[in-house]
This record gives sequence, C-alpha cells and structure tokens, in this order.
Amino acid sequence: MIARSVPRAIALGYLAVLLVLPVGFVFYRTFENGLAPVWDALTNPEAVHALYLTLIMVAIAVPANTIFGVIAALVIVRSKARGRSVLNVLVDIPFAVSPVIVGLSLVLVYGRTGWLGETLGDQGIRVIFTPVGMALATIFVSLPFVVREVVPVLREVGDDQERAAETLGASPWQTFWRVTLPAIRWGVAYGVVLTTARALGEYGAVSVVSGKLVGETETLPLHVEQRFAQFDLTSAYTSAFVLAGIALIVLLIMQMLKPKSEATG
Amino acid sequence: MGIATIYLTVIVLIPLAAVAVKSTENGLDGFWTVVTSPQALAALKLTLAVAVIVALINAVFGTLIAWVLVRDRFRGKGAVNAIIDLPFALPTIVASLTLLALYGPKSPLGVDVAYTRVAVALALLFVTLPFVVRSVQPVLHELDRDMEAAAESLGARPRTSFRRIVLPNLLPAILAGVALAFARAVGEIGSVVLISGNLPFKTEVASVFIIGQIESGSLAGAAAVSTVLLFLALIVLVLINLLAWYGRRHDR
Repeated sequence: MIARSVPRAIALGYLAVLLVLPVGFVFYRTFENGLAPVWDALTNPEAVHALYLTLIMVAIAVPANTIFGVIAALVIVRSKARGRSVLNVLVDIPFAVSPVIVGLSLVLVYGRTGWLGETLGDQGIRVIFTPVGMALATIFVSLPFVVREVVPVLREVGDDQERAAETLGASPWQTFWRVTLPAIRWGVAYGVVLTTARALGEYGAVSVVSGKLVGETETLPLHVEQRFAQFDLTSAYTSAFVLAGIALIVLLIMQMLKPKSEATG
Repeated sequence: MGIATIYLTVIVLIPLAAVAVKSTENGLDGFWTVVTSPQALAALKLTLAVAVIVALINAVFGTLIAWVLVRDRFRGKGAVNAIIDLPFALPTIVASLTLLALYGPKSPLGVDVAYTRVAVALALLFVTLPFVVRSVQPVLHELDRDMEAAAESLGARPRTSFRRIVLPNLLPAILAGVALAFARAVGEIGSVVLISGNLPFKTEVASVFIIGQIESGSLAGAAAVSTVLLFLALIVLVLINLLAWYGRRHDR
C-alpha cells in the first residue's frame, strides 16, 4: 500500500541518516587499523583513570538521586503538604537548564570567589577543579529522572493497598518496604537506568567545574574531547566506542524494563 | 517534604540564584553591555534561530516517526522503536564525534558540513530526536480509531482524516515535545562542540560563548548570558506545564 510505505520510508531514512549510519561508522573507524591500537588506547593509564572516575561519578549520583527521587515522588503524589505542586515543577529545572549554566552556577557558589568558596577554602576544602565539584554537577544534571519515572507509577497504583496495610497495623516504614516499593520498583529501575546514562555521559557541566586536569579530573567524555583535540583519533574513537557500548547496554536494559504496551508501540 | 526540598534547594536552586545575582554584579548597564555585545548577540541569535528550526523539523519528523511506529506494521519495528532512545543513552560528546566522522572533512559519503551552521543543526537534531516521538507515541496509541473510520466511511481521504481528526488530537503532545526539544537545543553543548568548530560570529552557540567567558575569567559576563538562557528555559517550563494542565482538563 503506497499510503503506508511512503511515510515508513521517510521515517526509516531519517533515522538511518541521523542515527544509525553515524554510530555504525564510528564502530568501523575504531577498528579500522586493527585491534592493537585499540587495545593500547584502552589500557592507556589516562583512559583507565578517566573510566574509573566516570564510574565513581555514577556511583555517587545514582544512589543520591534515587533516594531523593523516591522521596520527592512520594511527596508530590501522596502528601497533602502545601507547595508540593511547586516542588513538582521545580524538579524539572535541570532538564531545562544548559549544562554549561549548571557548571557556572557551581563555580559561583563553590569557586574561589564564590558564595561559599572562601569559607570552605579556609577549612581546606576545595570543590571546583576537584571530583567533589564534578560529582555535584553530575547530581544536578541527572536529578529529575527517578522522580519523573516514579510519579506516574505512584499515581497509577493508587493508595488502596497502602491504606489496607496501615489498617492492618503496619508501621509507615513497613508499608513502604513491603507495599509501596514493590509496586513502584520498575519505575525506580527505569529511572535509575536513565540517571546512569546521563551521569556516564555528562560533558558540559562536568567540563566547566573539572578544570580538565589529565589523569586527575578527566572523565571519559572529557577524555574523548581531549584526545580529539590532540589529533589522537584512535584514542578518541576507542573511548567513544566504550561509551557507545555502554549506551547500547543501557538501551537494551531500557527496552526490557519498559511496559509491554509501549515497547510494541 | 522537608528533605526533598532541602536537597533540591542545595543542589539546584541556590547555585542558580548565584547565577542570577552575579549577572547584575555590574548593575543593569553591565548586564546589558555584555548581552548586547556583538559576539554575545551573534551567539544568542544563532542559538535561537537554530533551536526554532530544529524544533520545527522535530515537529514534522517526530510526528511522522511516531505515526509509523504506532500505525504501521513491518519487520524489525521493535528494533526501530528501541533506537529512538539512542540519543538519550549516548553521551553527547560521542554524538558529536560520530556525526563528525560521517559528515566531516573525512566523510566517506563526500558530505562535509563540519564547522558550518548546518553542522550545529545536525547535532541538535540528533540529541532532540526522541522528545516529540516519545511525547506523541502514547497519545496516538490511545487515540480512538472510530472517528477516523467514521470519517473515511463518509468519504474522507486518508490525508483529510489525518489533518482534520488525528492532527488536532495530537497537537498538545506535539507542542509539549517541541517545547522540550527547543529547551534542550537552546542549552546544548556536548554534541555541538566538536562538529561546529565554535567559530565566533559563525557557529558559536550561546553555551560555547558562556564557556569562553568563564575561561577568560569574566564570570559576570558568563552569568549575564546564562540569565538570558535561564529566562528562556523558565518560559518553556511554564509553557509545558500549561500544556500538561490543558491536556488533563480536556481528558475529563
């Protein structure tokens, strides 16, 4: 049927030109000169440290935002507190703010001349140009994901079971662990996956606060740029390949966690 | 309520307040001088123009892709559906590198758009692709097909029934997706940085201009341009929430 095949061809063509061909081609370029240079780039101490630091960022940002995300979602959906609708809007701010502004804002608070910079400096605490500031930047940009995934699930499941548990004498804590959390676990898991993806790949915000000290405050995305700027394309492609590989795994997990109806379109 | 609010305040609100305060450090005149300086103005204009174009292209292609994913049947549809999320999963700097590899100076296709404004648009199209698709898809999925069937039985051609029945129902979802894509495009940096070349007055977007100001030590200048972007983001955020509110009201 012509009416169907034309839109299909346009849609698939657009996706191929924009997504599939470029990403596929980077895989090809990475292994163009064989495996040896890729292995060298992969085991280079700078690259190893960058990957290590990237994983640390994930290990900090994901638990912090997961705990916050679940609490904030509970407040937004379940509590009757005033201002919960304001909280609901404010949570989205990191999605609407440029990562560069996130970086700048942290410099203005924690930098040498910042609001808290001097006080912290006297205590010997440095935030900007250290992994501490990078972690704060990563937490900032990946903050809304868990909230946004858990809120609709909480609305969907309703509070009948929670009330039943309470009538039967469960403490709020017991109700949360035995009733609420099992009900929202897939929403939480999906939010965690999205948070992880963003934390792994953050460039703009981390770049501003890191100072880009090679082997010290360089994450893998920063390493890609640094190697590219040094015309070391093999290393840039290899690091990009590692990040893209992780992205594909993330994509796969996202598909498995999605509700069936959405996954089949 | 307490813990969540404190966390949000410390991580997000206080730092952003610092940006707004810093932007007026040299008074409103200082703010205005930076924002209207030729290089800042060029960067802001380019950012806005490209973001509008990218948002419009997304409106068309995002809706089309969502339509194909919901209404069409073909082998491999599940895989295509999965690929839509790739720009959300792929680090933006990798996106920039991949686009540069295929559409840059060493392009095997002979298409070289590197360091042009087309490259900026291309990078932004890549990272904003999922917004409209993912916003329209569930609405289209829920859409009652009886109305379309009725229209067609009354002699409407598929195109007419799409324009008169499907499109009006999808409009709030399309607009919500477009607003998100626009907001993302205005602030984007990672995907643009390698392929655009960051040439002042030509391919330098606002985010790159801000980085330049930070690196040259002009924090007040960086904050001024940031405040303009923050203001834009605020408008978009309000718009999205109004749309969501409008959508919920008309559900009932």
